[in-house]
Amino acid sequence: MAALLEVKGLKAFYGQTQSLYDVGFDIPAGGITTLLGANGAGKTTTLRAICNMVRTEGVVRFDGKDLGGMATEEIVRLRIAHVPEGRGTFTTLTVDENLRIAAYTRRDKAGVQADLDRVFSYFPRLKERVQQQAGTLSGGEQQMLAIARALMLNPRLMLLDEPSFGLAPLIVVEIFRIMRRINEEDKVSMLLVEQNAALALDLADNAYVLETGRVVMSGPAAVIKNDENVRKSYLGY
Amino acid sequence: MEQFLQQIASGLANGAIYACVALALVMIYVSTDHINFAQGEMAMFSTYLSWQLMSWGMSFWVAFIVAVAFSFVLGVIIERVILRPLHNAPVLSIVVVFIGLLAICNSVAGAIWSYLIKEYPSPFPKSSFGIAGVIGPHQLGVVLVTLVVLGLLFVFFRYTPLGLAMRAAAQNPQMARLVGVRVDWMLALGWGLAAAVGAVAGIMVAHIVYLDPNMMGGILLYAFASALVGGIGNPGGAVLGGFIVGVLENMVAFAGNQVEKATGVYIIGNGEKLTVALIIVIFVLTVKPAGLFGRVVVKRV
Repeated sequence: MAALLEVKGLKAFYGQTQSLYDVGFDIPAGGITTLLGANGAGKTTTLRAICNMVRTEGVVRFDGKDLGGMATEEIVRLRIAHVPEGRGTFTTLTVDENLRIAAYTRRDKAGVQADLDRVFSYFPRLKERVQQQAGTLSGGEQQMLAIARALMLNPRLMLLDEPSFGLAPLIVVEIFRIMRRINEEDKVSMLLVEQNAALALDLADNAYVLETGRVVMSGPAAVIKNDENVRKSYLGY
Repeated sequence: MEQFLQQIASGLANGAIYACVALALVMIYVSTDHINFAQGEMAMFSTYLSWQLMSWGMSFWVAFIVAVAFSFVLGVIIERVILRPLHNAPVLSIVVVFIGLLAICNSVAGAIWSYLIKEYPSPFPKSSFGIAGVIGPHQLGVVLVTLVVLGLLFVFFRYTPLGLAMRAAAQNPQMARLVGVRVDWMLALGWGLAAAVGAVAGIMVAHIVYLDPNMMGGILLYAFASALVGGIGNPGGAVLGGFIVGVLENMVAFAGNQVEKATGVYIIGNGEKLTVALIIVIFVLTVKPAGLFGRVVVKRV
């Protein structure tokens, strides 16, 4: 499979502080790839670096196109949807406005309407709350909104930052089930960052393990899951 | 009674002006957290521009539209050229830039058009407009024009994709980038709109306060008070705050006059309007620090 996203020798800096040293991975088209690692390993930074939200060095290619030096909003327009840490809700806008702003860059009105219907079929709860201020939604609903917003971009690649964070286990299961459907039915490739390694490894095809800003292990998710170090460090048994 | 109604009407007309300038302040405040001290002087400059166009033979409304459009462009340029490089500058640097902008607008206007006070025409027909004994033609016109402008802005922000993008960019710039909104341009656009709304206010008020480079000084203060009363982060609140402050100051003076008439004791009159209005503003803010319609923002530090 050809790589949809190609990352090579990626470094990232917050001011003077370097937080990624040498991160490299490939995301095949249509697959789900997960980045594992402890707090501070650089998972979130890797996602932010792909979208040029931090100062970066190294090569990031999307569908053969070099993203180096591009503004975040231009990268998004290549249909890379970033579901950020903390869900990125526009709290003072309504649910409906949150969804419509996500389709701001699109000109195909019929497609937008179709995607809106599809999003509501995934998340009927959002449809019930469509005129509500998004800041008044529960954490789980805001996570659904964040994924729904990403879908409204009609993405080719979704970057998901800890979609399970702070949610009740039942809601996490529901959200992960929908993510699988999105991947299978809509053929959206995904890069998933997760603290919950067990969950992420069940969903993903491939996994990379980050430690202090470097990739230290990679392989098919099924293999990584059975690796003894990973089991002890991230799966806890 | 008739005097009372007249005072209310003129309060509404002044309030409409304050509402516009307050809205201009709020528009920039919500997206940048800064108060543009030069907003009034920019409006004054736009007003001189319209005066110049009229003296070159344009009709009032053509000059109005050209001056407002030009102000929009100027606002965009000021943001792109002067403020863009200061995006990460400390607040104080930006305050200094605003004050510099204020001084520049003031002295450039003085240099081009002199500091002599000029008369400024009213576009509203004297005979057929207004309600005799209640509201004068110019006052009614000012209220109507500002209501139309405010209505247009409301529709723009509420119902158009670009308006939605501007609100999103103001509310959560980082996330707005992640849905593909060009946040930098939204800021510039916000500056343009603020400058245009300010220009409307300046052109409307010039007939009342006469045209001179310092005409907007007091008005900016009132507008700032209006924005604070309404809640500095709330555009609707700022507009309402403008009308409240406008009517309030006239009511204060009116009450003072009535007291003087009845008892012969002078307590407050027109001269103290601003003082009393500001005292009331301080009182409101003591009781409701976020303004009447503002929300208390809790920040984690």
